[in-house]
Amino acid sequence: MATDSPGKRPTYYEELRAKGYSRRDFMKFCTMITAYMGLQQSGIAQVADALKTKSRIPVIWLHFQECTCCSESFIRTSHPITADILLDKISLDYTETLMAASGHQAEEAMQKTMKDHYGEYVLCVEGSVPTFGDGEYCCIGGKSAVQILQETAAGAKAIIAWGSCACNGCVQAAKPNPTHATPIHKLVKGKPIVKVPGCPPIGEVMAGTLVHIIAFGTLPALDGIGRPKAFYSKRIHDSCYRRPFYDAGMFVETFDDESAKKGYCLYKVGCKGPSTYNACGIMKWNNGVSYPIQSGHGCFGCTEENYWDNGPIYERIPNLAGFGIESTADKVGMVALGVTAAGIAAHAIATNIRKRDVVGNLIKEGKEAEKEL
Amino acid sequence: MNTLSHPHLLRRVFVWEFPVRLYHWINAACIVVLIATGFIISDPPAILSGKEAYQNYWFGTTRFIHFLASYIFLFNFIFRLYWGFVGNKYASWRNFIPSSREFWKDIVLVLKTDIFMTKREPENTVGHNRLAGFTYLLTFFAFALQCLTGFGLYAAMSDWWLPNMFDWVAPLVGGDFMLRQIHHWIMWFFILFTVVHVYLVFFHDYVEGRGELSSMAGGWKFVEEEVFDEADKKHEGK
Repeated sequence: MATDSPGKRPTYYEELRAKGYSRRDFMKFCTMITAYMGLQQSGIAQVADALKTKSRIPVIWLHFQECTCCSESFIRTSHPITADILLDKISLDYTETLMAASGHQAEEAMQKTMKDHYGEYVLCVEGSVPTFGDGEYCCIGGKSAVQILQETAAGAKAIIAWGSCACNGCVQAAKPNPTHATPIHKLVKGKPIVKVPGCPPIGEVMAGTLVHIIAFGTLPALDGIGRPKAFYSKRIHDSCYRRPFYDAGMFVETFDDESAKKGYCLYKVGCKGPSTYNACGIMKWNNGVSYPIQSGHGCFGCTEENYWDNGPIYERIPNLAGFGIESTADKVGMVALGVTAAGIAAHAIATNIRKRDVVGNLIKEGKEAEKEL
Repeated sequence: MNTLSHPHLLRRVFVWEFPVRLYHWINAACIVVLIATGFIISDPPAILSGKEAYQNYWFGTTRFIHFLASYIFLFNFIFRLYWGFVGNKYASWRNFIPSSREFWKDIVLVLKTDIFMTKREPENTVGHNRLAGFTYLLTFFAFALQCLTGFGLYAAMSDWWLPNMFDWVAPLVGGDFMLRQIHHWIMWFFILFTVVHVYLVFFHDYVEGRGELSSMAGGWKFVEEEVFDEADKKHEGK
């Protein structure tokens, strides 16, 4: 817990050395995280330099409506220093899951950080915020999540929204969203917010984002939705090792068919890879062991907005809201086409019944002309 | 209606200029190709093949044709908008925008005459009738929406500035998944429009006999002499 006053805070490097890491370990970490951040080789020196000279930035990590899978993912990043530098030793002033303190002590620590480092600390939020009623569906220490978020966001330098809960509401915001689970960017205005969606996000992606902020003091380049471009600019589809099967039109039809055994493309069994932006295909999970498609299951699309409501997981064609549970755009379209065809048929019949009446003269005229020629 | 002692004399009117006809047929071909390939992309057929993946590329080719047709569709559409300002009076943008009370009245009149058949006298419109003009305005909106959603989806696959101009569309609707759905829904408007459009062209030719069907080939329609006389009277009255 942070008890030291501002100005006297040691640098990241000093803290690591004190903890027993060698300079070599430190450089290894800098090299790895720079590569993950998508920076060029000269960036290694910049990162190392920043972590050596800059004193640590305090971090408050809040948990609201979530399952803690983001934290779980984060502490399992492939380099031990990641967890050490960011969680265990260095800079976590408050996080319900990992802090040693509890109760009043913990709340005091958070208040102290907010006061001492007003305008300096990074606020990480895991989970969505229920706004229904007075926000009573998520309360910590006698305060509602809405209150806690507003208080802590006021003095934050930047906010990181961890995971799909904080970025788009995830499963608790799926219809009918009984608690009105709301993502962070809809509740906090006027603060820089980085969205790191995923259920959970990849640990290295989280570390890369956080290191970028603490090392450079700026936000990483963001895409149109507010996600770091370094990790979210490509679709799962773009780096998928099954992509050749997609281009070749070789698809798995059911999970137990021959094509599934041969590892064909999972597009037709509902893989959302073509519309999902994340780095799973490159960084993979659990220290680079695998990722869903490699394990034979289509991509869920967990980084994308409303992915729970976007139709069945195992089908390509989404269901259409408002037209019954099993309606797709194509079914509705075909009914509309049938109605149109019926209308046209009725119109054509009516036209023929009235034809003599409407264009009888023209017909006579035409027939007479035929005889004249 | 005329009596038979005075048979109709028809005069040839040049209605659809060559660029308008060319636009029409390129547009029609693109829409057919885009719908066909679009259906295949959304739900590809199950084709079993003993070949290896590197020996096949039919799905990639299908997508390529879809993207190629979409570029042609976009440029053709932009050209038509331009031609609305420089073309003849039947091609003018004024045919499409309900700018006056009279325009709306005429729409109701056409509905009564052609669709519900409660009014007997056929209308003597040479270019687009007002209901058709308004419907084409709606199709232009559909064209624009389809270009926005389609190139919005395509933006992430391209390095070219033109598709990348559309990269703001996906965030607007919450991501590619929703964008893809919207793109798919709008396609059905094209299908329904095509069916009704083709039927009505046949219908007009059938009951009016003024060359409605062939006008999109040669550009000519045939108008009764009396219509010219009425037009002359109007001019004199002014």
